[in-house]
Amino acid sequence: MSTALPLILTDWFQTKGWAPHPHQLDMLARSHDPALLLIAPTGGGKTLAGFLPTLADLATADHTGLHTLYVSPLKALAADIKRNLQTPVAEMGLPIRIEDRTGDTSAHTKRRQRADPPHILLTTPESLALLTSYEDAPRIFAGLKRVVVDEIHALADSKRGDQLMLALARLQTLCPDLRRVGLSATVDDPAAIARFLARHPDPCPILTADPGPDPDIAMLTTDQPPPWSGGGAAYAIPAVLAQVKAHNTTLIFHNTRAQAEIFFHNLWLANEDALPIGIHHGSLDREQRARVEAAMVAGQLRAIVCTGSLDLGIDWGDVDLVIQIGAPKNVKRLVQRIGRANHRYNAPSKALLVPANRFEVIECLAALEAVKAHDLDGEPRGDGPLDVLCQQILITACAGPFDADTLYAEVTTAGAYATLTRADFDACLDFIATGGYALRAYDRWQRLMQRPDGLWQLRDPRAARQIRMNIGTIQDTDTLKVRFRRNRGGKPLGEIEEAFAATLTPGDTFLIGGQIVRYEGLREMTVEVSPDPGRKPKIATFMGTKFATSTQLSTRILRMLQQEDWPDLPAHITDWLALQARVSRLPEPGRLLIESFPHDGREHACVYGFAGRDAQQTLGLLLTKRMEEMGLDPLGFVATDYATLIWGLKPLTDARALLDPQKLEDGLEAWFKGNAVMKRTFRASATIAGLIDRISAGQRKSGRQATFSSDILYDTLVKYDPDHLLLKITRTEAMRGLVDFGRVREMLERVGDRIDVIRLSRLTPFSAPLFLEMGRVPVEGMARERLMAEAAEELMREAGFS
Amino acid sequence: MVHHAFTLAGETLHALPSGALHWPAQGLLAVSDLHFGKSERRVRRGGMALPPYEVQDTLTRLQADLDATRATTVICLGDSFDDLAAQDGLTDDARLWIARLQAGRRWIWAEGNHDPGPVDLGGTHLAELRLPPLTFRHIADPAGQGEISGHYHPKAQIRTRAGTLSRPAFLIDASRVILPAYGTYTGGLRSTDAVLDALMAPDAIAVLTGRQAVAVPMPR
Repeated sequence: MSTALPLILTDWFQTKGWAPHPHQLDMLARSHDPALLLIAPTGGGKTLAGFLPTLADLATADHTGLHTLYVSPLKALAADIKRNLQTPVAEMGLPIRIEDRTGDTSAHTKRRQRADPPHILLTTPESLALLTSYEDAPRIFAGLKRVVVDEIHALADSKRGDQLMLALARLQTLCPDLRRVGLSATVDDPAAIARFLARHPDPCPILTADPGPDPDIAMLTTDQPPPWSGGGAAYAIPAVLAQVKAHNTTLIFHNTRAQAEIFFHNLWLANEDALPIGIHHGSLDREQRARVEAAMVAGQLRAIVCTGSLDLGIDWGDVDLVIQIGAPKNVKRLVQRIGRANHRYNAPSKALLVPANRFEVIECLAALEAVKAHDLDGEPRGDGPLDVLCQQILITACAGPFDADTLYAEVTTAGAYATLTRADFDACLDFIATGGYALRAYDRWQRLMQRPDGLWQLRDPRAARQIRMNIGTIQDTDTLKVRFRRNRGGKPLGEIEEAFAATLTPGDTFLIGGQIVRYEGLREMTVEVSPDPGRKPKIATFMGTKFATSTQLSTRILRMLQQEDWPDLPAHITDWLALQARVSRLPEPGRLLIESFPHDGREHACVYGFAGRDAQQTLGLLLTKRMEEMGLDPLGFVATDYATLIWGLKPLTDARALLDPQKLEDGLEAWFKGNAVMKRTFRASATIAGLIDRISAGQRKSGRQATFSSDILYDTLVKYDPDHLLLKITRTEAMRGLVDFGRVREMLERVGDRIDVIRLSRLTPFSAPLFLEMGRVPVEGMARERLMAEAAEELMREAGFS
Repeated sequence: MVHHAFTLAGETLHALPSGALHWPAQGLLAVSDLHFGKSERRVRRGGMALPPYEVQDTLTRLQADLDATRATTVICLGDSFDDLAAQDGLTDDARLWIARLQAGRRWIWAEGNHDPGPVDLGGTHLAELRLPPLTFRHIADPAGQGEISGHYHPKAQIRTRAGTLSRPAFLIDASRVILPAYGTYTGGLRSTDAVLDALMAPDAIAVLTGRQAVAVPMPR
């Protein structure tokens, strides 16, 4: 492989009037390193840097079959890179075939690609995992020299990344000389990404490109203050429109799909100049998304309302402003989103933050300061999750008989699994082979058998089809396609969650793809609708992702609250803070503030843990459980990123007994048994590990059925096989994922016994917004039994029973 | 255990929070619609596999009720098995357990629509049982008096200050009691359903099961 720029490439750079960036030449010079990580800002020619060694090699030597594999977290990115690579390749007249392969690729093309792979294949972790599951994988990947993992920072935090690295371990066995390149945006811990990328224990040098100038970033000023709660930011529509008019192309980021839909709808209602504005998010139909992407590339759109689906490096060229609606929750993601604006190297990106409610004004300011201080947030990720390993064992079995020792050696070359013990590996293998103790009676969960020669193989080779259909680690909420009734077979508009569809009755209206439609009925798992202009919609509650505010950002907010005054905050916020300080007090770092007060006939306790939405939710579940034990009759709670509000029949006065960490932790164990969040976590892991099917062959299982059976499975295992592998996985997941007990524990350790319970006569300025929050969780306990008895007595008396 | 005591045809009966009916004077415990083997049957019929533990779960609760009431007669009011083949699907453990519960007790399997044939477990198999002044059968007879039945899996809703709660429930009037389903994984029929409405007198009550038995006027 050449390490100098071949003539044909030098000429091409010259005809373009460009010079290669230093980091691009560095990448070429080090192209023999087994693993290499490049950290570069958006617009830094990162992708070209990753492909330069490939182009140099293919330009100077003949190659048959697959040469370079490119993996990105987004399908759209693979398609975009294909476009961007084909141009220079065509201009240089290089005989290089470049193709993408994702879930959107036709079956015909996929078959041909397996028979005759291109030189460069652009794909996603899931499509790659599927490729490695074929019996002919060794032939498909024969001759593979390089793999480029783009936006690796986005993969390193997720199970998708773990799956990818296990697939690379597989490829490395097939092609021992495979070289790995990772391309990453700026991150807090580059060494962690390098460890994640390299074959363990290979070294992985890190190249860092010039980060470019600091972004030009501010909070959007509006005439009207934001509302007390909610996430829509409809108040900011006029100001946002004014910004769209003042710029060429604006990306308007939202944290959830539902918010993006609502905002887009409101934006159109206010869009008197009929500016071309589009919407892009993961629930929209593929064709719709492609249309928006094409219009964007063609420079036809002035703004795109979007979600995380545009977080990553698709090159939109002319974007000169990024607007983030709602608090960014996480500084790293904010920086990456800001980078979407202005792809010219060495030009500052311009971004505006729009807080959706008053509290978010504080959070946005804290985020601005963190960006200016280059203070990125990151939480170390634990060992590689075992549910992904279980899936990898299934994938390996699909490709053919395997030896357990060899597979163990292979998976431990993936950085995240380097510390995997043989015992854990064997437990996963046993689970895949037998289903585990409690489920051993069922054939369907006995997937593997050991042959006389010691190799493991699928018990029933036909199971491979089912396993392949379940490959992947992304947990889609179960969604139903939406299409117009009048042109059956016409293009779907997008998808909505099954749970949301279940709440619809004919005549209901909701938003999808920016238009209001009327629900007509359900037909073979498709939601049929008709257009319904001009009516107020019942809103589509797509889940989207609800991020929790990061630890680092929460700490900044707490520190900010300690200031004497707040010159950078608008008056309506400083007044609010001052009032809170007067009637109660402001939360402090290192202490835990709990307000206790009656309101509307019930007792309330507001716990300002600042631990992020997920941990505050868990805290709510654990505290209400403790309160139940203490006879305080809790009825329910609601959580935000900064506080949990609990209501019940009796006042909270003593918090020390309530917050005993040991008791809470004991409660966690008991609570594992019946909790809906745990069941959701279990369902996700059980799906990844192959215990339950994502899609059953031939016929789609309805989401409610799947939930039903996974909940029953969970209850069963908890009761009869509490040491089952899947329950262990669920507990581990719970500590970091949705349950986030790690942050609850961390918060409790930090505050120690510095807990302030303030008894007040009425609600406080800080607690008031919580009363408007959605997502209340009821508590099933004695309070409810008591209220039931009370209601029953009343009814019996009224009816004349004594 | 907070039960609801009431009289039917002059006899004092206790509706237990578990869904079982206790007749203290006779030392009798009645349960209905155990639906043993439901998950096994679903698998046999190509449905989704449910874990095979519902038998254990149901037996655990039944044992607790027998220990608490010291009942000497047990009557299972039909649909004890999801179908006749479900009996054969019972594990040896479950058969042994049932045999232990039957030891020293009079045990009657009333026939239901799911399990019309005789049972090869211990106990007596009857179409219905008359113990004057009461009659035990699977499906209520509209003309029945002093009648104890099951079949419908009734459940009832109640509105409280904390929202609406729905529970399996006994339906009770001067002529009859309809028992809730005792088995694990059994669904329910709302008390507002026309069939139940027609069967029950206007002054009927519903007794909600759960941690305590709670009586309300039957929701219509």
